[in-house]
Amino acid sequence: MRETGRNGQQAVVQVRGLGFSRGERMIFDGVDLDIERGKVTAIMGPSGTGKTTLLKLIGGQLRPTAGTIVVDGENVHELATRDLYRLRQRMGMMFQSGALLTDLDVYANVAFPIREHTDLPETLVRDLVLMKLQAVGLRGAAGLMPAELSGGMARRVAMARAIALDPMMVLYDEPFTGQDPISMGILVKLIRELNDALGLTSIVVSHDVQETAAIADYAYLLSDGKVVDQGTPEMLWKSASDWSQQFLNGEPDGPVAFHYPARHFRDDLMQGGQSR
Amino acid sequence: MILDPLQQLGRKGLAYFGRLGRGHLFLMQTLAAVPGLVLRPGLVIRQLYSVGVLTLLIILVSGLFVGMVLGLQGYNTLVDFGAEESLGVVVALSLVRELGPVVAALLFAGRAGSALTAEIGLMKATEQLSGMEMMAVDPIRRVVAPRFVAGFISMPLLAAIFSIVGVYGGYFVGVGLLGVDDGAFWSQMQAKVDLNDDVYNGVIKSFVFGFVAVWIAVFEGYDTVPTSEGVSRATTRTVVHTALAVLGLDFVLTALMFGD
Repeated sequence: MRETGRNGQQAVVQVRGLGFSRGERMIFDGVDLDIERGKVTAIMGPSGTGKTTLLKLIGGQLRPTAGTIVVDGENVHELATRDLYRLRQRMGMMFQSGALLTDLDVYANVAFPIREHTDLPETLVRDLVLMKLQAVGLRGAAGLMPAELSGGMARRVAMARAIALDPMMVLYDEPFTGQDPISMGILVKLIRELNDALGLTSIVVSHDVQETAAIADYAYLLSDGKVVDQGTPEMLWKSASDWSQQFLNGEPDGPVAFHYPARHFRDDLMQGGQSR
Repeated sequence: MILDPLQQLGRKGLAYFGRLGRGHLFLMQTLAAVPGLVLRPGLVIRQLYSVGVLTLLIILVSGLFVGMVLGLQGYNTLVDFGAEESLGVVVALSLVRELGPVVAALLFAGRAGSALTAEIGLMKATEQLSGMEMMAVDPIRRVVAPRFVAGFISMPLLAAIFSIVGVYGGYFVGVGLLGVDDGAFWSQMQAKVDLNDDVYNGVIKSFVFGFVAVWIAVFEGYDTVPTSEGVSRATTRTVVHTALAVLGLDFVLTALMFGD
């Protein structure tokens, strides 16, 4: 089955009525999303809104408590393990930490999915790995161990590994967090260029507004388990929503209050020497 | 208020049985993944090195000292009865029946088990296992099963090496230092140590202990809370639980094998 999303475009990922909770805490409550083919879609929101959880739900690592997630026509959470693994071969994921295998060098890390899933001769594996590393500018670092890489380099290796099997879609989990401006610039450029050059679909989960908005074709803003705003970055900058304006402009107070909910300040002070 | 301790007890009980259930399901998944390793022997061989070969030194040194102590203590007791020629039997039986499998398993838990737990736990904490899953590679097949098989193969071999080195340690002290007759030491050992009753039973014990020790180690790593504190706790639990399981099982097995 092929689903259509916004504007009648073909949606690679279609999320409908998604609900997910951890214990008592509701993470998602009726989220609807469409990720269009060939586009870079950003999912933004404050820390703790479950952005990474959403990627894990799309990848089938977590099971929703309500709703459906359809990826490339397949309902992720109805698939048998074997079919889910087959679907995952068509997805790449770049973790925030890079998640490189620490006992393997850069070359072996990128070769890992190729060796696991294909019977290609080693000469061909070598060519593929070098091509992927060349794409992220790290062919010269092929012999380094993950511990010898900077944070930005580790993410670029993770990116090369994510595209090793030529997936249809790549999921990026907080790709810009904690990066220096140069690394940030490289990652921003790579996500956009790889998406366009390889004909990928990219989902970028991030709270780095400027960088993400610069490369996204479409963006969703998540808060308190719901989609609070969506649109192209230009539309969002002009959004009438107070919440969107506070989030996008980084204002310290607004719909998201500066103070964590507490009883009246005077009552706390009047309590005197009593313990809390 | 009165119900609080009861609730806590219930919660702890549920958590305990939940873990026990997860541990058994995990074992089933691991065992189901073992046949697939026939096609990828390299994965097991690499782990045999880190689990088995790297544990060899501590086994050799400990085996030697345990044997030497047995020789010394055995001689001091036997000489009062004029039976010091039986020293070889005492040393060999102690090692083959009990100390070889038990002490080797305890050392295995301390050296290899803790390392396995920490390695798998850190892989979980650094999202390496999660990353593998997203690359459509099952971590139980790729990471856990090879380590499980390597531990299961290594433990009996290490226990055997422990016993052999221990016998030579006892020989060195008894014959070399305390003057027990060389021929009597070996011939009495040969006459009294039975292949079926003693050696095979010791081997069975070491297989059982190896199975339990490596199961606990890989499960604790896989089930760890993915934080530094979680990994540290899991590593401690591996050593403590393995020690308790091995000593408890040793009694049960001894009662079954030698209890008539």
